[in-house]
Amino acid sequence: MASLYFTPNLARHTQCPAAELAAATVAELFERYFETWPAVRGFVLDDQGEVRHHVKVLVDGRNLRDRRKLTDDIQNNSQVYVFQALSGG
Amino acid sequence: MAKQLLVGTRKGLFLIGRHAGQWRVDRAELLGDPVTMVLAERDGSLHAAQDLGHFGVKMKRSRDGGATWEDRPVPKYPPKPEEVVDLDPMRGTPIPWDVKRVWALEASQRLGELWCGTIPGGLFHSRDGGETWELVESLWSHPDRKMWVGGGADYPGIHSVLVDPRDPDVVRLGVSCGGLWMSRDGGTSWDCYGQGMRAEYAPPDQAYERRGQDAHRIVQCAAAPDHVWIQHHNGIFRSTDGGLSCEEVKTAQPSAFGFPVVVHPHEPNTAWFVPGVKDQWRYPVDGALVVSRTRDGAESFEILRNGLPQQHSYDLVYRHGLDIDTDGVTLAFGSTTGNLWLSEDQGDRWQNVSHYLPPIYCVRFVN
Repeated sequence: MASLYFTPNLARHTQCPAAELAAATVAELFERYFETWPAVRGFVLDDQGEVRHHVKVLVDGRNLRDRRKLTDDIQNNSQVYVFQALSGG
Repeated sequence: MAKQLLVGTRKGLFLIGRHAGQWRVDRAELLGDPVTMVLAERDGSLHAAQDLGHFGVKMKRSRDGGATWEDRPVPKYPPKPEEVVDLDPMRGTPIPWDVKRVWALEASQRLGELWCGTIPGGLFHSRDGGETWELVESLWSHPDRKMWVGGGADYPGIHSVLVDPRDPDVVRLGVSCGGLWMSRDGGTSWDCYGQGMRAEYAPPDQAYERRGQDAHRIVQCAAAPDHVWIQHHNGIFRSTDGGLSCEEVKTAQPSAFGFPVVVHPHEPNTAWFVPGVKDQWRYPVDGALVVSRTRDGAESFEILRNGLPQQHSYDLVYRHGLDIDTDGVTLAFGSTTGNLWLSEDQGDRWQNVSHYLPPIYCVRFVN
C-alpha cells in the first residue's frame, strides 16, 4: 500500500486525511483517493486533470515527473506528499 | 438606500453596514484568501468567488447574511481535445482551459439564472443558482475569440456581464482585451460591436479593430439600457445605441485613464469615474485622489474631491472597485491601498470607512 499525505494548509479548506491505498501510478492513487474524498480533486488538479501550477507533488522524495497525466510509477511502500509550492501564494 | 456593502479584498470579504448614519466594518469573512468577486441575489444569498492561489478558484455561498459559508460548484472548462490548437495570438503560448479567476458574476431577472465571466475568457451560465455551470460553447468556440489577448492579466478575461433589464436573453460582455460582445438569443450566438472604440496601443491601421479593444469596464443604465458607458484603456467611450457604436469622450478631466465606471440607474447622462495618470503610472493625477462626474452625457465633468486625500495619494481603483446603489445617490469605492470611501450625496462629499483594509478588488451594494 502506498501512503498519501497532504499539506496541513489544505486542511484549512477541505478535509484531506492521509490514506494508504493500493495503486500502480500516481494517477491511480489520486483517483482512488478522490473516490472517498471527491472535494480534494479540484484543489490538487486543474480543470484538465493536471497538477495545479502551484502544487508540488513528491513521490518518495522526488518531484513528480509527469504533472500532466501523472503516470509516474509508485511502489507498494511509496510515500506520496502533496505540498504547496513556494510560488503562487 | 442600500443596507450593506460587500467588499472583496486580497485577504477576504468585508461586510460593511450603516449604523446611526455612519458606515463601518461589521464583520470579516473568508479571511486570509482573495475574494475576487461577490454577488448578492434577490433572495438574499451572497456569492463569493475566491482565488486560493495554490489551490485554484473556489465558489462560496452564504444564506444567512455572511455568517456561515458553504462550498459551491466551481465553473469548469471541458477537457481540451488533443487536436485543438488554442494559442495566445501575441506570445504563441497555450491558453489554459482552466478557470484562473472569476472576474464577473451577475444574476438575471430570471430566478436562478447566473452568468460568470472568467479569465482566460470563458463565459459560464447557470440556470439553477450555481448548482451547475455550463461553459457557453458558442462564445468559447467563436473563431474571433482567438484574437483576444490578456489585459491586466496574462490571459484574456470577461469582466463585465450586462443582462439587459428589458430582456434577459440580451447579454452584453466586456472583454479585456476583446471588446464589447452581445448576444440577443440568450447566449446561442455572439457578435462583437463597439464600433468607434480606438486603441492607442495598436498600430494606426488596427486602432479601430473592435476585437482588440481593451474596455476596462462596461456598464449600462438600468432605466435606459441602450445607454452604455465604457472606461477603456486609453479613454472613455459612450454608446446610446446599446453598444453597437461608440463615441469617444474628449472632455474627461483630469484624465481619461482609469478602470471603473458607474452610471446612474435612472439618469443615463450621469456617470462617475476614478481617473488616474495613464497607463504606465496608474495613480491619481498629482497624487490627489478625485472622482469625476458628468451629468450631461460627457459634455462636461465635475471633479469631486471633498473628503478625499489631495496629497500623496497613490490609490488605484480596480474596475470593480466602484459601485452605485439603486437609489442613484449612494456610491462607494475602494483602492489597492486598502482605503474605502462612501458618499451619500452622489459624490459631493466622501466619508472614509477604513484606511486599513487589504487591497480592494470589488465593492457591491446589497439592497
